[in-house]
Formats: sequence, structure tokens, C-alpha cells
Amino acid sequence: MSAGPRKLHRFHGGLQLDDHKSISNTLPVKAAGIPAQLILPLSQHIGAMAVPSVRTGERVLKGQRIASCDGYVSAPVHAPTSGTVVAISDRPIPHPSGLSAPCISIDTDGKDEWIEHQGHEDYASLDASELRNLIREAGIVGLGGAGFPTYIKLNPGARQINTLLLNGAECEPYITCDDMLMRERADEIISGMRIMQHALQARECVIGVEDNKVEAFAALRNAIGTAQDIELVRVPTRYPAGGEKQLIYTLTGKQVPSHGLPLDIGMVCHNVGTAAAVYRAIVKGEPLLSRIVTLTGSGIPQPRNLEVLLGTPIKDLLAQVHGDTNKSGKLIMGGPMMGFEILHAEAPVIKTTNCLLAWHPRDVEEPPAALPCIRCGECAEVCPVLLLPQQLYWHAQAREFDNVQDYHLFDCIECGCCSYVCPSHIPLVQYYRFAKTEIWQQERDKEKSDAARQRHEVRLERLEREKREKKERHARKAASLQKKGTDSDTEKADPKKAAIMAALERVQKKKQQAPVEPQNIEHLTEAQQREIDDINARRASAHKQDEEPS
Amino acid sequence: MLTAILTLLVIAAVFGLVLGYAAIRFKVESDPVVDKIDALLPQTQCGQCTYPGCRPYAEAIARGEAEINQCPPGGEATIQALADLLGRDPLPLNPEHGEVKKQKTVVIIDEQLCIGCTLCIQACPVDAIVGAAKQMHTVIPEECTGCDLCIPPCPVDCIYVVPVEETVAEWKWPAPGEEST
Repeated sequence: MSAGPRKLHRFHGGLQLDDHKSISNTLPVKAAGIPAQLILPLSQHIGAMAVPSVRTGERVLKGQRIASCDGYVSAPVHAPTSGTVVAISDRPIPHPSGLSAPCISIDTDGKDEWIEHQGHEDYASLDASELRNLIREAGIVGLGGAGFPTYIKLNPGARQINTLLLNGAECEPYITCDDMLMRERADEIISGMRIMQHALQARECVIGVEDNKVEAFAALRNAIGTAQDIELVRVPTRYPAGGEKQLIYTLTGKQVPSHGLPLDIGMVCHNVGTAAAVYRAIVKGEPLLSRIVTLTGSGIPQPRNLEVLLGTPIKDLLAQVHGDTNKSGKLIMGGPMMGFEILHAEAPVIKTTNCLLAWHPRDVEEPPAALPCIRCGECAEVCPVLLLPQQLYWHAQAREFDNVQDYHLFDCIECGCCSYVCPSHIPLVQYYRFAKTEIWQQERDKEKSDAARQRHEVRLERLEREKREKKERHARKAASLQKKGTDSDTEKADPKKAAIMAALERVQKKKQQAPVEPQNIEHLTEAQQREIDDINARRASAHKQDEEPS
Repeated sequence: MLTAILTLLVIAAVFGLVLGYAAIRFKVESDPVVDKIDALLPQTQCGQCTYPGCRPYAEAIARGEAEINQCPPGGEATIQALADLLGRDPLPLNPEHGEVKKQKTVVIIDEQLCIGCTLCIQACPVDAIVGAAKQMHTVIPEECTGCDLCIPPCPVDCIYVVPVEETVAEWKWPAPGEEST
């Protein structure tokens, strides 16, 4: 495509920030090595938590799948090295809440023994669906920070993809992991991009790199060589140029619709790190086991980038760069604008950990107290999404969650520009995050109460039905009894009753008959005869007494 | 003159037929206000409002028999929503009906102690307890609304209230200035 230099578009707002990148990008990427224990959270991505497919005590090999997808939007987890599964339990994870979540812990054996794996040198012979499946099985998610499963973004469905964009802007200060990756592994990035292009059948490929990354740009230029269908573009360094929607606008002048996806305008945007991971997964058959992490900030004496096995505890990494794990310092995952504080240094590095920013205790200062909003409008000036941060703030503060949504809260990318410029030091982004999670909670509550209502109604229905059935049963039984009763009156007498009647009759008959004459009364002596007469007389008198009323 | 009267009569007849048909065709089965009120209630079915479930309470509110501040599980948010819907003034929660729980709870059955009497099953308004006569019972925690109605009937006191543990997926950012310290 030699239509001359691409016309660039300027997105609204944004900030010129000191990039502080030279602190950490002077040393080459070094492998961080194998720690004694790896802690692999089951949820390192957006979507459903993976389901463990190994048991405690099981030996696992490097690259072996230890947890598999649960549903469409999900990603599997692999063992980053060989070892033994020692626990599947809740451990602290890198998350702003500081809460624990289910993790698989592996005691490493240091042998780093691979499971049998095979790559596909000739990826062009595979169709898009096969490529997507391989990428899904490799557990690749967006490595820029959001962690959305990559294979879904490679599935455009019926839509035609015109442009595949690679995001090498890395606009947030301090972070240099993509910069170092582009410098050192430009070939892998370009090969990964080719695979993605093949899967998407995209017509053109564009790589956007901020113009402060001269060496990375040169390395990519070198890797692209004379290829005509990949365009490498320098974009002006202005935060947040690396936001997906901002980069698309800068490079193409097209806006991704609100609540929409780049897919809706025929584009797909991936991070450069994701492209390199795709290359490794397809060509080498290696799942996502490690990533480059920037360790920087005033709390780290030797800031640099490390290639880190997923699941490596953060405190182990800090020790490698002689960092201060002292609690008094502040540890942030991500950059200074969008990152969040990590409360437990035992938490592991996960797929989305691009940077660990450690502040020396002397540089940690409490944020100044928020003052009332003076309606200066600075926040709206810098908002790259053209929102009205003030309105969002008022409504979020008043917990008017319908109104915040009317002001497009969910288009906010939480870039932090508004909070940065606010002269009253209002933590605006925190208000938006608060409002977002409150709204999600309300939605969950609504779902739950709808389910409870349905269950209650079904129960009432069931009780009603049971009552009705019982009534019917009783009615039927009563009817059948009634029928039996009428039967006995007319024809066959009840056999029991008849038997009793017959017995009574027999007794009556016997009573009426004369007393039985004794059989052996011949040849009696006189004394005997007299005795018998006496007895008879007594019996007669006794009978007489019996008959008299007492 | 006659034409005019006839025309008007015909028009009246046609409209009458259309309206009559519409009244039958689009008949609203239940009172829409009751549905709207019911949609705002938390569906705990706990009966703390003195009505046997959320819908009867909604009906009572719609009839004007009940106040809007009798639902402790809904708390202030529900009272506010009801006030907005019905154009009434929000009231503080009536303490006669109970207090707002600080944390969501569910119940669990101590299966070692359960004698299988089925009394709790009969008490559960949402069929969230599974079991049979002389068989162990257990609660489906996802379906439990935390109404605690199963606790009083249990003859062996083997049902306990436990708080719902916060998970990463359901964690909420605190409002600025309200962070728990």
C-alpha cells in the first residue's frame, strides 16, 4: 500500500505526560527464572473461571493444561514449568479488592520438562476455525491489560474485516514491556500478525507505535522488510493513544460506536504482545506460559523488564531486582494512570500483568483531600471519549445510577485523565468505578430476585395443585365407600357380619335345646345318685340366683 | 341534517366496535401497578412485612392498606424506589418489621444433626431446601434468599445463618470517602 503517508486523526482530549520510560528500557529483557512455587489463578481473563483438570499431588509437565475453559468466553490455564500440584485453594490474587480466589499451586522441580507439543510451521494450510481453536487451547488472552480471550476477537462471524490493527502504542507512563518486546522480538510480532491476518482474512494490516519508541519502530521496520501489505505508523505520543478506540480513530478516523465493538466497523485491534503469543502458539505449539513484565518505579533499584513465568509470586520478582518488599512502600499493578494497588506481595503475576510499579516509601503520599467541584470543565476538556465527567460525578455521588447511564458511564475507559487534571483533586475515576460496580450489583440482584419470584410462584402453584389433588383423591375415596355401603344393604351381606350372625344363631339354638342328658348314669350306687341329685339341686338354685336381678 | 346524524352514528358505532374489540384483545390480566410494585420488592418472601410474600405485600400497597416502609430486606433503596413509583414521600423503615441486615446471609443445615423432619422444606418459600422424610436435608445456597423462615420450625436447631462471602467477581469499588479502613 503505497498511497503515501497515512493521514492521522487527533482524538479529543488526552494528556501530554512525562513518559518515564527510559528508566526501565535500557536493559535487555531477562528471564526471571523458575520460582520455588507458582500460583496460577483460575481466572486470569475476562469471562468464566477455568475448571481445574488436575488433582492435588499430580505431577504436571511444562505446557500441560491444568484448567480448561468453562463456556465460550473463557480461557484455559497451563503449567508454566514441570512440578507437582500441591494445592487447589483460595490464594490472594492481584486484584484491587485484595481478595483471594481459587488458584492452582505448583511446587516446581527445576527440570522444566516439556509436555509433548508440536507447532504448525505451515499455518496457511489451517483454516480460520482450526487456528482459533489452537489459539483458544493455548490460553491466549489480550496481553495489553484487559485479558479478553483472543480467539473470540479473531472470529468476525459473517462480517468482513478490512483492517487488522496491532497496538504498539503503549501510552501509559513507566510501562515498557511492549517497547522491549517490539525491540527484541519484532519477527515474532510480525509472524503472529500474519497468522491473525490469515484467520481474519483482513485486507490490510496496520501497526501503530507511539513516536517516542524509536528503536522499537526501527526493529519492526526491519522485520517487515519489503512487505507491502503491512503499514507501520508512528502515532503522536499523547495519553491515551493506546486505548483501542483512540488508536482506531487516530489511524483511520473512524469511531467505534457506543456499546459497539471495532468489529462493527470492520476492524480488529490486538496488542503486539498478543500477536507474539499467537506466533508461539501456532508455529511452536507453545501455550501462553510467560509474559514480559516491567518492574519500575522509585522502589526498585534496578528497573528493567523480566520475562516472567505466569504464577510467579510478585515478591520473588521484586527480590530479583532488589526491590523493597517492605510494606511501607506502595505496589501498583499496571501504570500510574490506570493501575491499582496490590495489597499482597504474595499475589502472583497473571496473564494481564504488564507492569509492576513500586514506589519507595518516601514517594508515597496520601492523595490530597478532595475539594468541592468548581465546575471548571477541565475534565471534559481532556476526556478522550467526549463524556461529561462532571455530570457523571454528580450523579454517581448522588447514587443516581439511571442518570449516570444516561451520560454514557459505560463508555468511560477509566483512563484517569479527568482525575489527573482536576484542580479540586476529586477522585473522579473512582466514582465511575464505584458506579459501574454498583450497577452490576443491581443487575445481579435483579436477576436473583426474578429467580426467587419465579421459584416462589412455582411453589405456590405446586402447593395449590397438591391441595387440589388431595381433595380429588378424598372425593374419589368417599365416592367408592358410598358405593360399597349401598351394595351391602341389598344383596350379599358383609361376610364378616354374616359369620358373626351365624355364630350367634347357633349359640341361641343350643341354649334353647334341653340340657344334654348325661350318658353314664346307669348302674349308679345310691350314694352316687344322691350326690348327683345334690349337685343338680345346687345348680338349679344357682341358676335361679343368676336369673334374679342382683 | 339526517346525513350528518347518520354519519356520526356510523362513526360512533365503528369506534365503539374498535374500542370494544381492543378491550377484549388487549385485556390486562393483573393490576399493572401491583406488577410494578412487585418488581421493586426484593422477592425474599420473608413475610416480615406481615404479608405472606412479596406479591401479597405489593397488592396491599396497591390497595392502600400497607405503608411502603415495611420491607427490611429491601431497605432504604426499596422504600425510595416505591416512593418514586407511587409519588409518595419516602419514610424511614418501620422498626416493627425488623432491621436491615448489614450483610447478605444464607442458611446452612448441619447435616450431622438433621433428623429429616421436612419442616424446613415446608417453610422455605422458594424451594431452596432439598431432602425427604427421614433423609438428610441441605440448602441450595444459590437459591436461598436469606429469609430465615426455616429456622423457627427446626426441632433440633440445626440451621445456621452464615454471611455470604464476597467473591472477586462480585466485589464492588467503594464509594470515594467510604472506604473501609
